[in-house]
Amino acid sequence: MKFDIKTKARTPINANRQIKVQSEDLKLWYGQKQALFGISMDIYKNSITALIGPSGCGKSTFLRCLNRMNDLITGVNVDGKVIIDGKNIYDRDVDEVSVRKKIGMVFQQPNPFPKSIYENVSYAPIKHGIVKKGSDCDELVENSLKSAGLWNEVKDILKNPGTGLSGGQQQRLCIARTIAVKPEVILMDEPTSALDPISTEKIEELMIELRKDFTIITVTHNMQQAARVSDYTAFFHLGKLIEYADTESIFVNPKIKQTEDYITGRFG
Amino acid sequence: MSTHNPFFDPTLKKRHLADKIFKFVALSALLIAVSFLVIFFTDIISKGLPSYKQAYVNLPVTYNKDTVADSSYAIDEEHYELVSRAWYRDMPMYATAHPEVMNKTTKEWVLADDEVDQYLKGHAHTLTDEQKVVVDKMIKEGSVELQFNSIFFSTGDSKIPENSGFLSSVVGSILTIFICIAFAFPIGVMSAIYLEEFAKQGKVSTFLEININNLAAVPSILFGLLGLAIFINLFGMPRSSALVGGLTLGLMTLPVIIVAGRTALRSVPASIRQAAYGLGLTKWQVVKDHVLPLGMPGILTGSIIGIARAMGETAPLIIVGMIAFIPDIPTSFTQASTVMPAQIFTWAGMPEGAYVERVSGAIMILLGVLLTMNALAIYFRKKYEIKW
Repeated sequence: MKFDIKTKARTPINANRQIKVQSEDLKLWYGQKQALFGISMDIYKNSITALIGPSGCGKSTFLRCLNRMNDLITGVNVDGKVIIDGKNIYDRDVDEVSVRKKIGMVFQQPNPFPKSIYENVSYAPIKHGIVKKGSDCDELVENSLKSAGLWNEVKDILKNPGTGLSGGQQQRLCIARTIAVKPEVILMDEPTSALDPISTEKIEELMIELRKDFTIITVTHNMQQAARVSDYTAFFHLGKLIEYADTESIFVNPKIKQTEDYITGRFG
Repeated sequence: MSTHNPFFDPTLKKRHLADKIFKFVALSALLIAVSFLVIFFTDIISKGLPSYKQAYVNLPVTYNKDTVADSSYAIDEEHYELVSRAWYRDMPMYATAHPEVMNKTTKEWVLADDEVDQYLKGHAHTLTDEQKVVVDKMIKEGSVELQFNSIFFSTGDSKIPENSGFLSSVVGSILTIFICIAFAFPIGVMSAIYLEEFAKQGKVSTFLEININNLAAVPSILFGLLGLAIFINLFGMPRSSALVGGLTLGLMTLPVIIVAGRTALRSVPASIRQAAYGLGLTKWQVVKDHVLPLGMPGILTGSIIGIARAMGETAPLIIVGMIAFIPDIPTSFTQASTVMPAQIFTWAGMPEGAYVERVSGAIMILLGVLLTMNALAIYFRKKYEIKW
């Protein structure tokens, strides 16, 4: 199998790369069942990191650890550290609400609020006090929708419900909603798995565009997508991080047999 | 037809027969249900409609010192028995309030005795043969007639059948249900929110859930005993009052609202909660702005069904004394009052024909109120329903 690796779109990998998110020996249990076995990895600023692996390998669980979304599930225990900007987000003095404000998230199923397109974007920034209702807010909504590549399609129908858009538009609305809060890291949990190829392409282009301003971590089942958009790829299997390197190395020249078997489609 | 049919299936005829039998059985069940409903409604309406009319007699009435002192002299002896005792009772007050009628004998329409009323409507009555002759003569003269029964719609209960009305129990019901809603709705919805959104899922919440579900199925009369013990005996609230009745019905409705509320909140898609939490919103922001609006139609529907049930409830109110004889229209929550179903229950135990028809008339009003409430529920649900 051959992978189309768009090398020119990539951030040049150099020694000056900055670490944005650092997980140290991260373990997680769902009740009695351990789902993550000591994940340690550094995620670099202004890059796209793809997490791949077969279903149930813990990649989504790991992703949700990075903004403490797993706190919402009862019976989850987390051990280890996730250090973002020098601070462990699991420290006692860190409020998970403020973590999620800084680390935004886009989900598998487009899930706009059943409110207008405008309110979908403006709701959280107003609640966070980033903007007040009025022209500032209008500007933020416009900029966010522009960044998400949705502005031209919706500028005349901002009062229509967000749920009336097509699947791909809804997902871009969700991305606009996430970036309106001005996060630094955006987590994407299989953002295109519910979308058609054309919408997928738009989202992928958008991810590459957004990399300039944000650090993006994405979970994907689509190997081609990981190869196309990501700078770094991490391969998970059975709750363990098997191999993590720049995308080209992983796809062209994997060091571990398991990784090679997975990306060439021999198992998974 | 001579050609071979490749679709021929020998078992098909038998299978279609089973279809037809099944359809017939289902249809018969529906028809039985509908016919009972039709019988019920025709019976209630045919018995109840006459109660909205009341017999009045046109007689010469003498107003003077003597008749005001003893109003039985105001009507001539032949017609004395045909006039309602309520009229004799109220006449002196009327004469005192309207001095211009004094020392005159005028022909006027006065409230007839309930037996005259029943005789006119063709129901069972206790008029003697002589009285019947008098009434028949008056019918020919046109001095007896059925007029709109304004008394029924404007007064409270009375021991004189033709003088009894339904309004005090309607007002009592409104006051009681107001208390019931004000007590049960906020507490029920907030409890549902706590249990669904804040409480840790575990043994305690499972225990609570089982018990709340059990409470929703407890016979209503037990809530009456609880209301009696807590509100009247412990807190010393006035018995028979709308306050106590409303709180008792509120206790009964509370588990229904909690169960309905939890179901409605649970049906809000998890993706909406995740989206909201993912934006760094606090629990209260997530619940208030996203979960609650989506759950509201379901909460409202469940609550209104619970409240409609409370509105038709009699048993717990008997225990807290709301079955009392209430001639006056209550004006406050602490005054003694009765409610519609309790009034119907009281009248249903009376022997006079006038009360029998009032029972049906009152049932029609109660059903009308309940149907209006259900219509309102549907309206609110549609209004607040969020389109996806």
